Amino acid sequence: MNQTEIQNLLDEPACTHNTAGKTGCSRSRPGATQGGCAFDGAQIAILPIADAAHIVHGPIGCAGSSWDLRGSNSSGPQLYRLGMTTELSDVDVIMGRGEKKLFHAIRRAVERYQPQAVFVYGTCVPAMQGDDIEAVARDASQRWGVPVIPVDGAGFYGTKSLGNRIAGETLYRHVIGTREPAPLPQGAVGHGITVHDVNLIGEYNIAGEFWRVAPLFDELGLRILCTLSGDARFREVQTMHRAEANMVVCSKAMLNVARHLREDYGTPFFEGSFYGIADTSQALRDFAKAIGDPSLSVRTELLILREENRARAALEPWRERLAGKRALIFSGGVKSWSVVSALQDLGVEVIATGTEKSTEEDRARIRELMGPNARMIDDNDQSALIATCIESGADILIAGGRYLYAALKARLAFLDINHERDFGYAGYGGFVELARQLALAVHSPVWQRVRQEPRWVRASTRAALLEEA
Amino acid sequence: MARIVQTSKPLSVNPLRVSQPMGAALAFLGLSRSLPLEHGAQGCTAFSKVFFTRHFREPIPLQTTALDMASTVLGSDERLQEGLATVIDGHHPEVVGLITTGLVEMQGADIRRVLRSFHAERCESASVVAVNTPDTLGGLESGYALAVEAIIEALVPDSVVPAAQRARQVNLLAGSMLTPADVEAIREWIEGFGLQAVILPDLADSLDGHLTPQGYTTLTTGGTTRQEIAAMGRSALTLVIGDSLGRAADLLQARTGVPDLRLPGLTALADCDAFVQALADVSGRPVPARILRQREQLLDAMVDSYVPVGGTRIAIGADADQLVAIGRFLDDVGARLVAAVSPCRSAALEALNIKEVMIGDFEDLEERARETSAQLLIGNSHALQSAERLGIPLLRAGFPQYDHYGAAARLWVGYRGARQLLFELANLFAPRGAGIAPYHSPLRQDFDGAAAPSARSITA
Repeated sequence: MNQTEIQNLLDEPACTHNTAGKTGCSRSRPGATQGGCAFDGAQIAILPIADAAHIVHGPIGCAGSSWDLRGSNSSGPQLYRLGMTTELSDVDVIMGRGEKKLFHAIRRAVERYQPQAVFVYGTCVPAMQGDDIEAVARDASQRWGVPVIPVDGAGFYGTKSLGNRIAGETLYRHVIGTREPAPLPQGAVGHGITVHDVNLIGEYNIAGEFWRVAPLFDELGLRILCTLSGDARFREVQTMHRAEANMVVCSKAMLNVARHLREDYGTPFFEGSFYGIADTSQALRDFAKAIGDPSLSVRTELLILREENRARAALEPWRERLAGKRALIFSGGVKSWSVVSALQDLGVEVIATGTEKSTEEDRARIRELMGPNARMIDDNDQSALIATCIESGADILIAGGRYLYAALKARLAFLDINHERDFGYAGYGGFVELARQLALAVHSPVWQRVRQEPRWVRASTRAALLEEA
Repeated sequence: MARIVQTSKPLSVNPLRVSQPMGAALAFLGLSRSLPLEHGAQGCTAFSKVFFTRHFREPIPLQTTALDMASTVLGSDERLQEGLATVIDGHHPEVVGLITTGLVEMQGADIRRVLRSFHAERCESASVVAVNTPDTLGGLESGYALAVEAIIEALVPDSVVPAAQRARQVNLLAGSMLTPADVEAIREWIEGFGLQAVILPDLADSLDGHLTPQGYTTLTTGGTTRQEIAAMGRSALTLVIGDSLGRAADLLQARTGVPDLRLPGLTALADCDAFVQALADVSGRPVPARILRQREQLLDAMVDSYVPVGGTRIAIGADADQLVAIGRFLDDVGARLVAAVSPCRSAALEALNIKEVMIGDFEDLEERARETSAQLLIGNSHALQSAERLGIPLLRAGFPQYDHYGAAARLWVGYRGARQLLFELANLFAPRGAGIAPYHSPLRQDFDGAAAPSARSITA
């Protein structure tokens, strides 16, 4: 991938914040950067396609520390969970054997695991070497008769966000539009209901959370052609161009896919989230609006009414326990605002939110929710974040997994909302789970216990300080 | 504040209770060169022996007076004298623990009178410590406590003259819930402050499971010696672990005037903290850095694991002391005790953080665990079938643990023991998948069906 292509990806025209004032995504600062690389982002976006083999072409550092770590669940094939890599050695590099090794790696994966497709992820070392993974993929595909898709997202290309876009671009160029949807199964929906095809872009089914929402789609007669990419199958991705409406779930990550589909196929898209009652309802409404079927709109409103009532009743005991609690949210992108609204729903006061990976539009939404003086934390310095937390008297920090242990060290209650988390929070039911987890975290006796200092502990600490002095 | 309710059913199913004589035997097994002698029918002793052998995976010195029909009807005094003479002449123990059973208590045997005449006839090297433990009353915990009391009564002299103080010696009355590993850890803990510990009884020395050069012996291979027990009056402090030892502690204090600190357990944070404070105060030394570090390690484990452990629902069937010790720890880490059953009534149970504690059996526990949707059972090996029926895991605690290795080596006390327990709970509850069942949409595209259109070629 050359510099122009990367620049084009960074310069996403569908991004509303992409105006003259600020062009594209900002660059990482040496010595003050956290978060994944482009390879990480590309892999994260595509890996959940469950019936494909995912081969990381690179030394062990790339796949070795990242395979099978994400909580993206599949209801069927588990092939995606196998960690496959060419595990390039120094000899491979010196002798220039990368391409050959990759070719045989693909053969091995195809023969042994019969995948629907093979994704090949380029990384820094082969990119430096000049391996032509596109050519290898093309040859391997012809030779072994299985689609082989090269994902050219070496780590040094940029950040995880860029990697997400590379993933979207790759899928759009190589996969989407290469198959027609399967016919509707007979008798799957009630009489008089027209089934509409839709896609979800950027939904990863973390901890199986989308399974809480999926039944609602069925009930409304919305057939999900493909969820990109949680619990997805390769052939579903191929049919995405036939949807009547697309929802971009996780902020801008794969906005480019939605934009291409709108430009080339005229498919409308909207951005939304399934976190919180209000957002979930809004997402369903937006589908009805984009599709423009009056019967669907009516049924959607009825379903929302029922589900909201049910969720509010289930939330009652938790709302009581959470009222007046103060939370600080630190998560990039869409979660910076979608979680804010969800917590406000619960009566939790959100005192600040992080905007590390958030776009201008994300920020605008935050201001809309939290008022013009919303406190936003851009700095991804863990110490600064913890200090802000303590200084602002937050009861809980809500952030991604990598902040977990920093918060815990500071004796702060913590709720993990990123990809490594163990609980699913999407949809109406998921929000009740979120409230439950929040209440458990805030009310855990652990916080009081770890702040207790018996007399001898104070004496020991004092003695240690004296000794140091 | 828990209400204690007694099960009202006429049939005990899967009993949780272990007999009083067994508890007494266990206490005597913690004395050096000791041999418990049960006064009753031989079956009692055979059961006890198998019970402890399977639990500890150790040979268990235990003898019986083996009452027969004649001695049951006509009186068992001779039988007892003969039994005492045989074990003393045959094994040369330092202490014989004479333990009564339901049979001889029913009979009205007066063991103390027999002992007086036995001692009058023979000048003995062995001390015979008698304890009345009918199995119609109490359980393992109370039998053990009665034996500890009897040992103090028999072997700790009344110190009318203030004994020469040993400023660096402390006593520890160790409750029946403590494993040999617990006792060993407590000893190291005390010694960390430059103090010596007299531990009564010392199961760590006798039943920790170690191979000795002597190989098999018919007496205990370690434990508290008579001399040590006799010198308990000289200690600067007595530490008491377990409410069941309250009466034994009262007696020791009355006998010796040594002040004491009584703790309900040694797993909860506050209990460990108080224990350390007492040692720091009595030794006048700063707390060793490694103890502070162990405390910090526990605190870290608490914040690390509060998500999987917090709000979990736990059912426990155990003797009162153990139930209270674990219950207090569950309060620390935010786990909820939802069902609690104990075999015997004890005032200590009232302190539990649960509405009701039932005095009952594993059938009661299983019922309550089901009603309260418990996610984990804590109890001895007999609880396994309940756990299997409930479809939840079992964490083994208490006596007996016959289907498991390392019961004696398991550490429950101190910051380290608490941390180990906490990690074990966290792992049992670690929420992989968090229980959201995969959903299969009926609308999902089926490409392998008959009418599926074929793919266009993929261009790379």
